[in-house]
Amino acid sequence: MDPTALLLSRLQFAFTISFHIIFPSFTIGLAAWLTVLEALHLWTRRPAYRLVFEFWLKIFGIAFGLGVVSGIVMAFQFGSNWSVLARMSGPIQGPLLAYETFTAFALEASFFGVLLFGRPRVRPWFYLFSTAMVAFGTTLSAFWIMVNNSWMQVPVGYVVRNGQFVPDDWATILFSPVLWARFPHMLFASYLTGAFCVAATGAWYLLRRVFTAEARIMLHMGLGLAAVLVPVQLIFGHLCGEYVDHHQPSKMAAIEARWHNQQPASEVLFAWPDVAKRQNLFAITLPPPFGSLIDSDSLSAPEAGLDSIPPQNWPPVLIPFFTFRIMVGCGVAMLLIAWIGTWLGRKHRLEQSRLMLWATFLSFPLPYIAILTGWYTAEVGRQPWVVYGVLRTADAMTPFLTAPAALVSLLVFCTVYAFIFIFGVFYIHKLLRTGPVGPLILPPAGAVPNRPMSVVNNLADSQQLSAGE
Amino acid sequence: MVTFWVAVLIISMLLYVLLDGFDLGIGILFGLTRVEIKRAIMMSAISPIWDGNETWLVVAGVVLWAAFPVVYAALFSAFYLPLLVMLAGLILRGVAFEYRHKAERMRWVWDVGFAGGSLVATFIQGLMVGALVEGLPIANGQYTGGIFGWLSPFAVLCGIGLCFGYTLLGACWLVNKCEGEVRDTAYRQIPYLAIGLLVFLVVVFAFALFEDLPVLRRWVDRPYLFVFPAIGIVAALLAANSVRRRHDSVPFFMVSLIFAAAFATLALSFWPYMIPFSVTIKDAASPHSTLAFLFWFAGIIVFPLMLIYTAINLTVFKGKVSASEQHY
Repeated sequence: MDPTALLLSRLQFAFTISFHIIFPSFTIGLAAWLTVLEALHLWTRRPAYRLVFEFWLKIFGIAFGLGVVSGIVMAFQFGSNWSVLARMSGPIQGPLLAYETFTAFALEASFFGVLLFGRPRVRPWFYLFSTAMVAFGTTLSAFWIMVNNSWMQVPVGYVVRNGQFVPDDWATILFSPVLWARFPHMLFASYLTGAFCVAATGAWYLLRRVFTAEARIMLHMGLGLAAVLVPVQLIFGHLCGEYVDHHQPSKMAAIEARWHNQQPASEVLFAWPDVAKRQNLFAITLPPPFGSLIDSDSLSAPEAGLDSIPPQNWPPVLIPFFTFRIMVGCGVAMLLIAWIGTWLGRKHRLEQSRLMLWATFLSFPLPYIAILTGWYTAEVGRQPWVVYGVLRTADAMTPFLTAPAALVSLLVFCTVYAFIFIFGVFYIHKLLRTGPVGPLILPPAGAVPNRPMSVVNNLADSQQLSAGE
Repeated sequence: MVTFWVAVLIISMLLYVLLDGFDLGIGILFGLTRVEIKRAIMMSAISPIWDGNETWLVVAGVVLWAAFPVVYAALFSAFYLPLLVMLAGLILRGVAFEYRHKAERMRWVWDVGFAGGSLVATFIQGLMVGALVEGLPIANGQYTGGIFGWLSPFAVLCGIGLCFGYTLLGACWLVNKCEGEVRDTAYRQIPYLAIGLLVFLVVVFAFALFEDLPVLRRWVDRPYLFVFPAIGIVAALLAANSVRRRHDSVPFFMVSLIFAAAFATLALSFWPYMIPFSVTIKDAASPHSTLAFLFWFAGIIVFPLMLIYTAINLTVFKGKVSASEQHY
């Protein structure tokens, strides 16, 4: 096993999955929001809801397409770079990902077609139903991915036979309490991503004093949803912390930069962990029992320190320590923006407060940063294990993979993704600038279920038309 | 249970080869013309369906992983670089469908991406099949051939052969879907492509004899296998006849039949090996608890739905592409 190839493979996986997660986390939340908009439109008959719906549907199309393209790579990468993992955990991870593909194909692909060109052909309630089914499909995809990843975090319901993890209790795998803390955490993170992107767009339009009616809907709905969801998200985040504390002491100790066993434990707020000396520099620490209280909901619980764990089983301490704090910081910032914004909104002062509009506009990267750093905490914190406690990442790699080959593939993925990402962002930006305008979109002649991005063509065409008129 | 998943895998792979085969082929033909209007018509002949076609690749991939993880792990790691190049090609050509139309000055980039990506992805697929037929160095279910162990003259030959094969499929699809100049050009190209494919088959056969590939011995042992090449020959004759008589809708189905016959020939001549001649279906299959978990929902409910959905998607867009639809 070549250590350089291992490092490059890990970088490649981190890069491709980080690129990928940006799009589904946005589309899962957006699909749910589109369902709400369509329901509101059916209920109130306000045309503004239709306009906002059509507008975000186009953006949904591009993000969905990029998510699909970057997802295909993931399905191959387990076999190419992590073939030992693929062989050993195939009986468990394989069917979970197969379910993901099958259900996504069945639900998203078929009902997305109705969204794109079914408006004049189906009854309104069926259109709403299709929107809900697309949202359900994206949620189901997230569910299967989270089952898969939660099994890698805390493997349950299996026996080892002939060098493979053989499932012997699917109910345990599917109803693992770890999963049911992590899946809602991811789901709400996606909803928050959608909410903040929508609210930020609304704030941007209000700052530019354009599309005010639609912008108000976006701003108030986005911030209102976030005001409710961020606290819920914090609770589920805390529940995720509990599973880490129970099942992954090494990750917990790294997140908390706790070097020695403590009972009751103190809580490091900020520090520079010095791994070599096993101590924290420049630490701001809350005294005991805050650490026990935060990690175990107890005034006296013992908390494990890193020196109770053999160093070869430590994760790289700095990464989970800092990514966790960045995630929490983003969460707190989102909470403040959502609560202050909603409070101002209730007093009808939000739209006059340019400062708050600017803050909301600039907040759209926060949920993305929180999702990425949260995942880095979970995945880097799990190291050196790929399946926690039973299979090391170094042993999971394709044993004969060489550094040059891994370097070539990493560079190719970086180049290709950068290329398509730049163009994707360019088109989304163009759509955002154009805004929710124009005649309500007619059924695109050639847009079809499997070509989400083709809605955009239609927009371009209709623009040319209106320019020509 | 194992048989069921072998069947699902075979159906998914065959569907992928036939469906993505013709749209990759059209991608290659796209590179052979410079006339903008023809290019636009060629793209609109496949734009509604290519993405659904490609989904079958992912379906085949995840079924392989779930049901036969040993094969998934061995092959995907063995074909490290080819798979990388194939994925890059598929991504670039896929994105070209969406971006080309919007680009003005940059259009040539997407043209190159579309034709080049299609050609490269096709060549690599043929190359991998060729390497598999020739025999990959595998020990204890693990590939041992190094980073270029799949590369051989025979594999390259098969890559070139598949380019002819897919392009032929693509030309037949154009004949079926288009009118006017595009259809006539495709009709003119079909004989050349068919001859190219025929030459390739003869060379492959000679090569196999010369190299004494192990697959030949199985043919001697199992003479009933000659049924499938016979079906292929009949289909080829019918295809030639329909091209001569300009029966637009027939050639595509006949060439599909040739592909299906070739596929069956390959599959049966290796049976029960999944990686010839080192890993059998039985060695590779997942434990019963895995296959049963997949079977009771994904297998008997979702998979048939996917087949129906694919059929509907293809029939909704049947009929000729008219010139007015060229910009979707």
